[in-house]
Amino acid sequence: MSQPSLSEALRGVVRRDLLLAMRHRSDVAMSVFFVVIVASLFPLGVGPESAVLRMIGPGVLWVTALLACLLSLGRLFTADYLDGVLEQTALIPQPLAVLVLGKVFAHWVISGLPVVLLSPLLGLQFGLSGETLGVLTLSLLLGTPTLSMIGAIGAALTLGLRGSGLLVALLVLPLFVPVLIFGAGAVTSSLAGIGSEANLSLLGACFMLSLAFAPWATAVALRIALE
Amino acid sequence: MNWFKYSSPQAFYPLAGKLIPWFAAAALGLMGVGLYLGFFVAPTDFQQGESYRIIFVHVPAAWMSMFLYVLMALWAGLGLGLHARASFMMTQAIAPTGALFTFLALLTGAMWGKPTWGAWWVWDARLTSELILLFQYIGLILLRASIDDVRRADRASAVFALVGVVNVPIIYFSVKWWNTLHQGASVSMTASPKMATTMVTAMLVMTLGFWMYSIAVTLARMRCVIVERARQPSWGTQAPAQDVAEVRECSGGV
Repeated sequence: MSQPSLSEALRGVVRRDLLLAMRHRSDVAMSVFFVVIVASLFPLGVGPESAVLRMIGPGVLWVTALLACLLSLGRLFTADYLDGVLEQTALIPQPLAVLVLGKVFAHWVISGLPVVLLSPLLGLQFGLSGETLGVLTLSLLLGTPTLSMIGAIGAALTLGLRGSGLLVALLVLPLFVPVLIFGAGAVTSSLAGIGSEANLSLLGACFMLSLAFAPWATAVALRIALE
Repeated sequence: MNWFKYSSPQAFYPLAGKLIPWFAAAALGLMGVGLYLGFFVAPTDFQQGESYRIIFVHVPAAWMSMFLYVLMALWAGLGLGLHARASFMMTQAIAPTGALFTFLALLTGAMWGKPTWGAWWVWDARLTSELILLFQYIGLILLRASIDDVRRADRASAVFALVGVVNVPIIYFSVKWWNTLHQGASVSMTASPKMATTMVTAMLVMTLGFWMYSIAVTLARMRCVIVERARQPSWGTQAPAQDVAEVRECSGGV
């Protein structure tokens, strides 16, 4: 029997995770509705003043995206860990880091991409318009994969621990801060008309950096959890 | 002399016990001299008056907070690379001291900020990243505390310590990269200092004192960790019984 090539194995992991998500569509819908509801709470709590909403909008939407990613991190490895699939995955001769990247990509498609697609609509709720909406979507498109990759490290480290939901928040949220600052900063600077290139470039740098290191760190953490 | 002998906890335990009084005495002496120089000898700042004197605690504490994190990450990397048990113990022993210095840096910074900037806290790049460093220390301690299996706790927190090390250069260079409220570095290795010699001397002496304190406390905590772990594995019977009893009383939070 011939061994599957690296890209075949990667495709297999992504396909399987997406298929599983499609079989549990309510899970996907939940994170989308979570974002919609949380983002809608702020105008109700802060008041409908459009100038205030426009000012807090970028930050609120970014924090919401952050929380949505955080809440869905539990799904990333837990089911596979409990039914033993993760152990089998670790035995595959292809490097675990690449397979982890596939899982993280699938996780992003399920939990991050819907938020990105929804963000122009949510931006309208906060009175953002035109170019700023574009920058918001672009910043989320660049930033949410980074969140998924960093989050995967935390998810792997806390795999199967008691109170892992809270612990993963404590571990991962501080590491999310640069992404939050640059992401919300891009939207805010576009709103102020100073141009968002600098923040978007930094966001891109965060993405590249985590692409290089996060899957590897996640793989190491998974092996530790599986021992 | 074979230094690797001391990478075994059994050999390290008595050595640490012998070293602690020396480092503790050095810490007390240096901190006493540093504080005396800082509070009585160093001249009053012509702009900030007497309130600037907090920097003799603030700057060394901030240095130590970053330095200890890097040191901890080094031990973590060494532990993961060499599968050395004592390295992981060092990581565990350094973390609370690092968290303490980070907290101290933030606290003294707030005390200095109120009279100088007119605010206890501002969301400046350096302050924010130092706060994140504190969160990382706390996360690290909590991660270790919530894993029952010592081996997994060691290695998981080592990975987290290494991941978090990206924050240290961000803190260090934040005042250069972002031109925010926190002032730039006043002391540099390459340029001549922008402050009076006595001030620099006082600050360096305080730093040395904090360093000695860190070593003394870390060694003491190492002994606690060693005895604590010795309760389970096989070689534990060799740890002196009265030390076990003594450490049980003091190790509550470690």
